[in-house]
Amino acid sequence: MRRHLFIIMAAWMLLWCWPLRYSLESDMALHMTVQIPLLIGIGLLLSPFVRSIEPRWLVDADWLGIPGMVAVVLVTSFWMIPRALDSALSDPLTDAAKFVTLPLAAGLPLGLSWRRMPPLGRAFIWANFIPKLGAIGGLYLAAPVRLCAYYRIDQQTEAGWALVTIAAALGISWFIIVFFGLQSAPLKTWFGFQVLRRPEPESRGYSSALWR
Amino acid sequence: MIGRGFIPLLVLVTAAGIGALAWETEGFNVVTVNGARQLDIARRPRSLPDVPLMDQDGQLFSLADYKGDPVFVDFIYTRCPTICRPMGDQFQHVLQWQDSHPEQKVKLVSISFDLENDGREALRRYGDRYGARAPQWRIAAPLEQSGLDALRRAFGLIVIPDGTGGFIHNGDVYLIDARGRLTRAFDPDAAPPVFISALTGIRS
Repeated sequence: MRRHLFIIMAAWMLLWCWPLRYSLESDMALHMTVQIPLLIGIGLLLSPFVRSIEPRWLVDADWLGIPGMVAVVLVTSFWMIPRALDSALSDPLTDAAKFVTLPLAAGLPLGLSWRRMPPLGRAFIWANFIPKLGAIGGLYLAAPVRLCAYYRIDQQTEAGWALVTIAAALGISWFIIVFFGLQSAPLKTWFGFQVLRRPEPESRGYSSALWR
Repeated sequence: MIGRGFIPLLVLVTAAGIGALAWETEGFNVVTVNGARQLDIARRPRSLPDVPLMDQDGQLFSLADYKGDPVFVDFIYTRCPTICRPMGDQFQHVLQWQDSHPEQKVKLVSISFDLENDGREALRRYGDRYGARAPQWRIAAPLEQSGLDALRRAFGLIVIPDGTGGFIHNGDVYLIDARGRLTRAFDPDAAPPVFISALTGIRS
């Protein structure tokens, strides 16, 4: 347990170290589709440790995981603003803010709140996220001007293709799971089509109507 | 039943998130660095550093010398194959407009940020391409790197390598008012009438 925590922290530090940080941030597509998801992933990996010490009032207040998911949506939206990406490149302090907020204010709440979300809520998040990702990618492909001052237009096109590809891959997976009834409980749960048959031990059952 | 503390937590998270988004976008007005710079200059005109420049005729001057007349400034490098061409055309437009409005005393300055390659000869050739004549339209370069850095900071100029030995840079058209303050910055694809109308705006 403690060793896992140590490895996660080390990965976090490693991402911040100059060679890795520089190589991921020097390319717009790598910045958006590798570094940012990795930082969110670090928060996700931290969530089991936090869950064991999560105070009761937070479990109650994060009803159905809604406040947590609102945080996830807002924080990830923030780091998709071209100006925010540019500031992260030109100002190390802003980059440090990115390295703190993406794991702790996006990845961590995602890990904690996703389990509390009813299937309909999860499906809603996915159904919003996938087309939005595709639309942003399409926008990058179509934009005749550079949106980021520190990235070239060909990098912007690459990033657009990367986002469109990811959106298509997620959309196709979603489609296959819905219509071909892929028999994978974890995958179905992840995409919000099946209830994890293990209610939160702390939950008082007020959400039972939505859970089942 | 709603969980205890749900509403306060939701309000707190939403307010913090929307607040951060509003701050980063200057009240949902801009999403890019260029947009933020243009808005900031329009709201808070900037004073400019006194940087010695040399024009295509080898004349030394500074932007402070223009006090009393408005000046349009853009940043270029003479080998530029892309954005500097439409930028040069825009300044040509301003010159033509000036011909029919002799009462307006507007000056133009194109400043090169490529100190290594843009000596006097390169500046002169660039000027000839657009029919630029000093002092009406100066093609200039700072004498020292420190001067360029000062201009870069004051104008919020962003230059990155294009990967093939050239540069990519913001092509804003900047307007310095008769008092010598940087008052506006326009997108490079703004039509010349847009920034000409701003010119008549600041003179009144």
